[in-house]
Amino acid sequence: MELLIKNGFVYDPLNGVKGEKMDIAIRDGKIVDKVNERKARKIDACWMVVMAGGVDIHSHIAGSKVNAGRLLRPEDHFKDFEGKTPVTRSGVGHSIPSTFTTGYRYARMGYTTVMDPAMPPLEAKHTHEEFNDIPIIDKASYPLLGDWWFVLEYLKEGRIEECARYVAWMITSTKGYAIKIVNPGGLEAWGFGHNVRSLDDQVPFFCVTPREIIRGLCKVNRLLNLPHTIHVHTNNLGRPGNYLTALETMKSVEDLATDDNPVIHITHCQFCAFKGDDWRTLESGAEEIANYVNSHSHVTLDMGQVIFTDTTTMTADGPFQYTLHELSGNKWVNHDVETETSAGIVPFRYRRKSYANAIQWSIGLELALLIEDPWRIFLTTDHPNGGPFTSYPKIITWLMSKKAREKALKRINARARSRSLLPSIDRELSLYEVAVVTRAGQAKALGLKNKGHLGVGADADIAIYNLNPEKTDPSRKFKAVRRAFKQAAYTIKGGKIVVKGGEVLEHVVGSTMWLDVHSSEPARITDEMKRRFKEYWTVEYENYPVTENYIEVSNPITVKARV
Amino acid sequence: MKVKNGCAMCESKFSGYNDEHRVLKPLIRKNGNLVKASMKEAVEKAAKILAEANYPILYGWSSTSCEATRVGLELTEEVGGVIDNTAVVCHGPSLLSVQELGIPSCTLGQIRHRADLIIYWGSDPWSAHPRHIERYTAFSDGRFERSMWRGYLNKVKALIGRKKVESALRRLSLKKETEGSSASKSKVCPTISKVGRKLIVIDVRRTKTAEMADYFIQVEPNKDYELLQAFRTLIRDQEIDVDEVAGVPIEYLEEVADAMVRCSFGALFFGLGLTMSKGKLRNIDAALSLMRDLNMCTKFIIMPMRGHFNVTGANTVSTWQSGYPYAVDFSLGYPRYNPGETTVVDILLRKESDAALVVASDPVASFPRKAVEHLVENPLVVIDPHMNATAQMADVVFPSAFVGIEAEGTAYRMDHVPLPLKRVVAAPSGVLQDEEILWRILSKVRKIKKTEKTEEL
Repeated sequence: MELLIKNGFVYDPLNGVKGEKMDIAIRDGKIVDKVNERKARKIDACWMVVMAGGVDIHSHIAGSKVNAGRLLRPEDHFKDFEGKTPVTRSGVGHSIPSTFTTGYRYARMGYTTVMDPAMPPLEAKHTHEEFNDIPIIDKASYPLLGDWWFVLEYLKEGRIEECARYVAWMITSTKGYAIKIVNPGGLEAWGFGHNVRSLDDQVPFFCVTPREIIRGLCKVNRLLNLPHTIHVHTNNLGRPGNYLTALETMKSVEDLATDDNPVIHITHCQFCAFKGDDWRTLESGAEEIANYVNSHSHVTLDMGQVIFTDTTTMTADGPFQYTLHELSGNKWVNHDVETETSAGIVPFRYRRKSYANAIQWSIGLELALLIEDPWRIFLTTDHPNGGPFTSYPKIITWLMSKKAREKALKRINARARSRSLLPSIDRELSLYEVAVVTRAGQAKALGLKNKGHLGVGADADIAIYNLNPEKTDPSRKFKAVRRAFKQAAYTIKGGKIVVKGGEVLEHVVGSTMWLDVHSSEPARITDEMKRRFKEYWTVEYENYPVTENYIEVSNPITVKARV
Repeated sequence: MKVKNGCAMCESKFSGYNDEHRVLKPLIRKNGNLVKASMKEAVEKAAKILAEANYPILYGWSSTSCEATRVGLELTEEVGGVIDNTAVVCHGPSLLSVQELGIPSCTLGQIRHRADLIIYWGSDPWSAHPRHIERYTAFSDGRFERSMWRGYLNKVKALIGRKKVESALRRLSLKKETEGSSASKSKVCPTISKVGRKLIVIDVRRTKTAEMADYFIQVEPNKDYELLQAFRTLIRDQEIDVDEVAGVPIEYLEEVADAMVRCSFGALFFGLGLTMSKGKLRNIDAALSLMRDLNMCTKFIIMPMRGHFNVTGANTVSTWQSGYPYAVDFSLGYPRYNPGETTVVDILLRKESDAALVVASDPVASFPRKAVEHLVENPLVVIDPHMNATAQMADVVFPSAFVGIEAEGTAYRMDHVPLPLKRVVAAPSGVLQDEEILWRILSKVRKIKKTEKTEEL
């Protein structure tokens, strides 16, 4: 099928297009040079903004933890539901929507690629089964490898290449996309209810430190030539004073960077940019982190913006979630996974009148505005930890309009307001920069060649927003911006119009991307390995890998490793 | 045929899957009798029943694959019915309680590697989950904790020896004296002094598992709640002013509470003895609150001992598609959940449903009589490998392949670990898997609805 998007203002940062009026031609799900104008179906995008489909680098949308969150919170679902229509399935959920609703809601905002950032390898099948039920969007998942016993043991002995082979085996057999590290060492310690406090603490029983884990896996990542960097959730997350840990983490891999390419992604950075000694003296460490990032090129970050709403926090960071449970007294789910990782879930309401929450809200925006290069900081809420992904349009307006920020500032806790750096920041992101932080930058950081841009050969995943950049000043008319980004005029996925004016027209199946890592000398699955397997896990080796029949639309990306 | 490496239940499943109760052809009730029919005919009849019903219930799901449940949810949504799984008569109260308080849990391997205190409450794994103790808890070898099976072996031997001596003494008509000695013995509270893994059993009767345990507490029936609250009190170092709680002397409880606080990783497994005794979800509330208290001083996890092999999977699939684990009502076009109202037993007791589809379950044998009466009064479709009680009362019966023996699929272990099920032998010719049968019914239902719509126009 041929499709022609005519006369839109195109923002395509990866190809250097800055709001020029042009046509985009699509054939068979790909963007092409031109199509037969008389035959092709035409979309009149006159006075509208055309961007590549949104890319989300970090959003918990599927898997055992997310589902435990759904089960835990019927009260989250009662008020927010979507009925069945002739083309769509029904669903529920405000902060943790059910699978179908997740897909539809992303598509309505013009997002077409979403990465689930935490997959316990043992329960990878669950994540992939849920992926099959998330329509429209393409997705991938990062296996949690930072506390896997194999990794800890090899890194302790300094056997990086051996470690790389097993990591390659793990990523391929769980159908994962990147190396995820959560509170390195801390999750293993949490097995007995403990935690690690600094990068140089020893992990109990394993004689290895978080610093060695991060550095080791960073080297592994490079050996394997993976498209994305290591994806790190730092130690001490959610603890006042932790901006030092975040800085230390970034510094720890400084020497591993060659040329200007990033080697580490610090995720939901807001949660690890706290200055102060305790919750009363909490302050923003955004400036220090921004200064560091501005002068170093080996780091990328995402915001983890906080929204004032009722949400559900869920991370693989078991000890952090327990602290949050103690702090809030809210219900708490903990789910440790043998030899690999843990997980925790606590419902939480961010209140604008709470000093700490208001500071958190400010930190996220400060980070996004103080870091000069938009290609290094991405828009996320760490859905659903900072707030549901449906609040992205709100964040876009805060980034684009000082007036919108001031309006929100007026309503937050007074003490937090007086300490916030936001009043001193005049920067307002342009639509071009918004296109970077919501799609182009994220696609680049993820190494997705066909996503996040509108060049010839790219996947025809396109969002068209009803916003006239010539007439609307986003700085003043931020409400119009919010409306536009909330409901894409059109969302096109794989060359098909799936959403028009906020209504889902077609329930298409998105693909699951995963890495097929080819190493020259693959990890040997010897009897010894199988014996170890039996000792470490309670499932048989044969039952462990995710076979391809678990993926409805499989999109393997072949990677040639250096080992 | 021989079954290797399986427990007694596995053996009976494998050796019994092809017995004389097996259905091999679809059956339809004609003039009061079930007669053989073609697959097409049966699918048409079943689809008609479901498409014409106003408020059908679709029940079962816990003994089939997740893939089948997935189709089942789609079918329920299409016909605007209620989907419910066997958790409703099993661990439903546990789920309600989890929604109230959350649950600290883990996968079973974590317990194998780390747990140095294992408590079974109201469950008898030795009989009901035969490999549980051996593979995951007291008798398993982990990285940080060793198996305790040798100790238990000696204990069992000693026990057998003692029993022999006792019976010999009885035969010598010295009964009175032995009685006297055992009574005086029970007055002294034994201590838990063992090093390494400890196994404690709390139950209303001395089960097989209790015999193996290092410590056994016999709670009076329906007094679990009191006992749990007593533990909470003791763990918080508060005094209890009575001599016994739930028929157990306080010293015993103090001993156990002390072991709980002192352990470095504790695990509490609870069964229907806790969930379905008096108090139901309030018992679980108390158990989960106990976990909260314990986690303030050590690491403690809790896990329900689920029954059917894929009941966890049925809950899981239902949750990701609809947001709720069981008792999901689609009659308004979106998922609604209100246990007590949308639970199948309650719907049947209120006589609200007007048709039913039962998959891989036998509610006629397990539901209350009044509920069953209403269930069989209305059109009933059954998908099951065997001619069970429900199938005998049905209007349409589909034979289906055994998941895990004749059909592939996915099941979730009780700790939420997904496991692929294999096909070992081919299903008898003409017998389809649940998933396929449900697909056929679903597409037929859609066709019927489509023609209805065009007729209306």
